[in-house]
Amino acid sequence: MQRRNLIQSAAITVFGAGLPFSGAIAQNRYAKYAGKTVVMNIPAHPHYDAMSKLLPEFTKETGIKVEVDKLAIGRLKEKQLLEMAKPQGDYDLACYIVMWKSEYVAKKLVQPLEPFFANPALADPTYDMKDIIPIYLENLGLVGGPKDYLAGPGAKLYGLPYGAETSVLAYRRDIFEKHGLKPPENYEQFGKLLRTLKDKEGIGALASRGQAGHQAVHAWLLHLNPLGGSVFDEQWRPRFNDAKGVAALKFLQEVVATGPAGIPGYGQGESNTAFLQGQAAMYLDSTSLAGVINDPARSKVAGKVSWALHPAGTRRSSQSGGLGLTIPKNAKNADAGFLLLQWLTSKTQDKAVAKLGGAPIRNSSLGDVDLVRQYPEYIVFKEALKYSNPDWRPIISVWDKINVQALGVGISEALTGKKSAEDALNGLVPQVTQIMREAGYKV
Amino acid sequence: MRTPHWVPALFIGPALAVMAAACLYPVISAFQLSLFDWSMGTPWSSARFVGLDGFVSAFSNARVWSSLATTLIFAAVCVTAEMVLGIALTLALEHPVRGMAFFRTLFILPMMIAPIAVGLAWRYMFDAQFGLINAVLAVFGIAAKTWLADPTLAFAAIVIADVWQWTPFVFIMMIAALAGVDSSVIEASRIDGARWWQMTFRVKLPMVMHVIAITLMMRLIDAFRVLEVVYVLTFGGPGDSTEILALHIYKTAFVGQQLGVAAAISVLLLVVVALLSWGALRLSNPMKGDGR
Repeated sequence: MQRRNLIQSAAITVFGAGLPFSGAIAQNRYAKYAGKTVVMNIPAHPHYDAMSKLLPEFTKETGIKVEVDKLAIGRLKEKQLLEMAKPQGDYDLACYIVMWKSEYVAKKLVQPLEPFFANPALADPTYDMKDIIPIYLENLGLVGGPKDYLAGPGAKLYGLPYGAETSVLAYRRDIFEKHGLKPPENYEQFGKLLRTLKDKEGIGALASRGQAGHQAVHAWLLHLNPLGGSVFDEQWRPRFNDAKGVAALKFLQEVVATGPAGIPGYGQGESNTAFLQGQAAMYLDSTSLAGVINDPARSKVAGKVSWALHPAGTRRSSQSGGLGLTIPKNAKNADAGFLLLQWLTSKTQDKAVAKLGGAPIRNSSLGDVDLVRQYPEYIVFKEALKYSNPDWRPIISVWDKINVQALGVGISEALTGKKSAEDALNGLVPQVTQIMREAGYKV
Repeated sequence: MRTPHWVPALFIGPALAVMAAACLYPVISAFQLSLFDWSMGTPWSSARFVGLDGFVSAFSNARVWSSLATTLIFAAVCVTAEMVLGIALTLALEHPVRGMAFFRTLFILPMMIAPIAVGLAWRYMFDAQFGLINAVLAVFGIAAKTWLADPTLAFAAIVIADVWQWTPFVFIMMIAALAGVDSSVIEASRIDGARWWQMTFRVKLPMVMHVIAITLMMRLIDAFRVLEVVYVLTFGGPGDSTEILALHIYKTAFVGQQLGVAAAISVLLLVVVALLSWGALRLSNPMKGDGR
């Protein structure tokens, strides 16, 4: 069975009851909850900034009020863990980063969505689950399948993508034309281009994250996957220090050497800023940047940027990640929370949020004529999603710890030159193995 | 009629009991937590008693000790700089000059800003490409530095941010202390022909030594607890070069989900801070000569 079918079959399990929708019920599904307030926990993030503009329309249409608790993205998880562990929490809908999904399910903090979608009093008969980009649905929504985070037997839907992303290459068309350069097709060309751009243009070649912790690991994973590597082998033994892992880290070291000054201190914000302010000729990261790149108020490179696929290494493998929405198990107004979730991720509202600069999650939005006119890069994004790798990083429940406390420190040390790529990665193996053993993996 | 000796205790007792409960309860809770293996987001009933395993795990972790060493250096450098600068600033602004009120207000502003905002502001100022610090250095012909990308410079950056924010605290304490110095003593020393430095170092500062000691102790305690500014500025990096103990505790608790181990390290931090505070108090002995 093909991957796409697997994902859809998991989704169909959710919707598979055939749902005897009655038009009357559908029309009245909001009436019972009119006047109630859905409390939503979201991060300060461009996609959710765009979403916030849609909420008055939801209240107008349904009578359900929405209260938003917006936090810095770095503080989201600790607040959610505290809230969701209480007998009754404050949140009816919570935004999570993809890396937390397995942990939340393992701790029984969030609800499966199947009962909501199977409830004809709540489910929208026109909601088209198959239209949601399969890799987003798998990556952000499914838990319990193979490896715990992939589509397949056992996988259940616990959340929906909202603010999901993949990786693409943005490049300065004006600079490339000036020097007669072409966007890199593969990593060999990519590597050569880093030096060429640095030497010829005198600005950073590629903007990248690099700050210790998650940011440095994210930057390394962007190169590790296309170069054929992975963090673990099929038996969960660390393999990130093999030749492919080392090659990816050496490539990232070259990115630092040829990039805008200060990459080892860059978070996603600084990396974005470096490109938007014209300090780098290329940007290889999240599609979420697209919403602001042509906004002259925030970007000095508006109208000068073109997009290309993430270059291929031994394979094409672009990022899968971003944000999703889930319903906490202790939600006070879970049904109303679901109605808001369903409304936000509907075809109509997905287009609406995209128009406002948000990241669409539906194929119909990526193919929408008006939206493609507004964002021509959607053509590249749609192609890039074909190569988005659901196993891009191991989203097991201890990944956050491995990511921040182990890999994030060692990789950062390699980026500052304190350690060689080989020494940094080899030195991390015992620590990562120990974390996996403590988590119950027989490695 | 003499008041029975138990009467003062009766009046002070309730306040003391509330204070003791407020101070001791969190400490006892932290110690209790350190004996359990508990992950955030799970019910307390799922916590597993592990005895002193949390302490063993904490003390056998090399990164705990490297974080402690980083914290000690950070606290020593910051507090020394803040005390010296704060006292110097106080002496400079001690005498009434035009615009004094403005300068005093200006100098205490940093202290009033939320630490998260301080971290963000300095993060932008230390930016290698667009930061104000490099722009200022460029005026003097000094090449741009990658402040947050270099282990040594990143450490300097967190020190600078802390000194900027907390020197005003020393300034306020010292202004208040020097204002309380008996002017007749100063006058007498002046009549005796004391020079400025003699008046300052042999008369004024010794007279406010108890305030200096208390200020030093408060800054030491605060320096050991700094979290937000470092979290925002460097998140402990590059590598673990700026991972102070409070940040390590934060990561252990909220990223590693090892609340018991995090509590065990907190107990270690508590002991270190208590010892240092006790040492600072002993050194200055502010109660000496009180007759109490």
